[in-house]
Amino acid sequence: MLCDVCQTKEANVFFTQIVNGQVQKVNLCEECSKQKGVTDPTGFALAELLLGMGTTQEKPEAKVTGILCPVCGFSQAEFKRVGRLGCPHCYEALRSDVETVLGNLHKGTRHTGKIPARAAASAAGNRLEALRRDLAKAIDEEKFEDAVRLRDEINALAPTIAPPPSTAS
Amino acid sequence: MMRFSTLVRQPAAWMLPEGPHADIVISTRIRLARNLASRPFPGWAKKEERLASLAELQPGVEALPDMADGFSADLTKLDPLQKQVLVERHLISREQAAKGPGSAAVINRAQNLSIMINEEDHLRMQAILPGLDLTRAYGMLDAVDTQLESTLPFAYHNEFGYLTACPTNLGTGLRASTMMHLPGLVLSEQINQVIHSANRIGLAVRGIYGEGTEALAHLFQVSNQNTLGEREREIISRLEKVIEQIIQREHDARQKLLQTNPTKLRDHLGRAYGVLRHAHTIETKEALNFLSMLRLGQDLSLLNPGNRLLIDHLLVEIQPAHLQLAAKKKLSAEERDALRAELLRLHLRNLPEPETTPPTTPPPSQE
Ligand SMILES: [Zn+2]
Ligand SMILES: [Zn+2]
Repeated sequence: MLCDVCQTKEANVFFTQIVNGQVQKVNLCEECSKQKGVTDPTGFALAELLLGMGTTQEKPEAKVTGILCPVCGFSQAEFKRVGRLGCPHCYEALRSDVETVLGNLHKGTRHTGKIPARAAASAAGNRLEALRRDLAKAIDEEKFEDAVRLRDEINALAPTIAPPPSTAS
Repeated sequence: MMRFSTLVRQPAAWMLPEGPHADIVISTRIRLARNLASRPFPGWAKKEERLASLAELQPGVEALPDMADGFSADLTKLDPLQKQVLVERHLISREQAAKGPGSAAVINRAQNLSIMINEEDHLRMQAILPGLDLTRAYGMLDAVDTQLESTLPFAYHNEFGYLTACPTNLGTGLRASTMMHLPGLVLSEQINQVIHSANRIGLAVRGIYGEGTEALAHLFQVSNQNTLGEREREIISRLEKVIEQIIQREHDARQKLLQTNPTKLRDHLGRAYGVLRHAHTIETKEALNFLSMLRLGQDLSLLNPGNRLLIDHLLVEIQPAHLQLAAKKKLSAEERDALRAELLRLHLRNLPEPETTPPTTPPPSQE
């Protein structure tokens, strides 16, 4: 793989970033990385290089066009420019822009890891509610085999979660 | 909470070479990124909003059982030298050190747990342990995260997982990394190949101080790039497998150097020993590289064993901010180079000479 800067030497410095809404893999050779200050052991140059390329402050506020996050006012244009988001709600507001970069960045596009207890409880709460509705319907329709299965599922799930919050979320 | 001077009087936990594979893996770090659900990310937040996030986060972080008797400070209350000392110990990031009002660092007494508030994310929590100890480091941090989430509403999305300022950290918010000493792979010119192959499977290998064959002290950080689509334990075990392979290749490279080019190896070591024992002025770069050779020499039993602790401390103590902390004043670059040489001579004064082999050519016959 050749260096992105000089295009002649073998690259051995790699990093990934988002620039202009695109995932970019940057590859530099030793000399070019040195020129950019990557080898400076004491200074802040590395941070500036890595961050600076993603968060250039020099451009004044780009004309705000297109979609805005209704909560924090962060724009689609801004995301394309800096590759970061304004607030957690931006992930829904700018969802399609986010999704276009995710596939290139990660192993998958869906979270499969840790779930905070709060979210797990509300997910289980929703499931419990749905099961109770199904159970009522099954009894109404005299589908007793289904009803027994649903009741068992409810009994298994109910003790694992805290009582539902007073307001539905 | 403890004072800065008390905190830094003891070395950081990761500087104690007692962990698994401590000869090659200096330290293990796990980092989790978390954000408050209803506040703008630090980079987009206005100053008042950053201060409000800090006010919401800091008490809970300080109240963690792990942080009892710990250190906590707003970044604006620390001078540049103090911040740089924390950077040199890997307790805060360079990015965090550059932050203004609204940012803080909370660090436990053992210095193996540090939580940055308002870095790129509201919380950047990290556990750092000596040696290769990814699972234990993750366990520590996972427990802290679980304690915090009982009182703090973290931003979480059913599909995207933990929401972060940058999509590169989305999902688990987990970055696992190890700092590795790889002189064998550098000297045998295999390091670029290792970097390439790791990169191809989504892992990053970067010099801690500089890159590739130019990496000072032959120190490299190996870390995961993907944070979404895999569970935490999967990310960690994938990384661990690759690290174990790198350890094996480094061992092989060292043995091969010893067998095929012992003279070159002993020459590197002898020069390092000579300069470190006798120089009166020495730059960080030169000192790091020579200390790395001593470390290699001691791990190959060419040098008196039992000095790794000392060498690993010196790798940190010779850095600019640590030198100035010891001197209790700001120093010019020349003053630092002289003090660095003095410190090295002092600490290495009792280090016996590297083992020498019997001469391969017979002494000239007397006529
Ligand atoms: Zn180049
Ligand atoms: Zn937003």
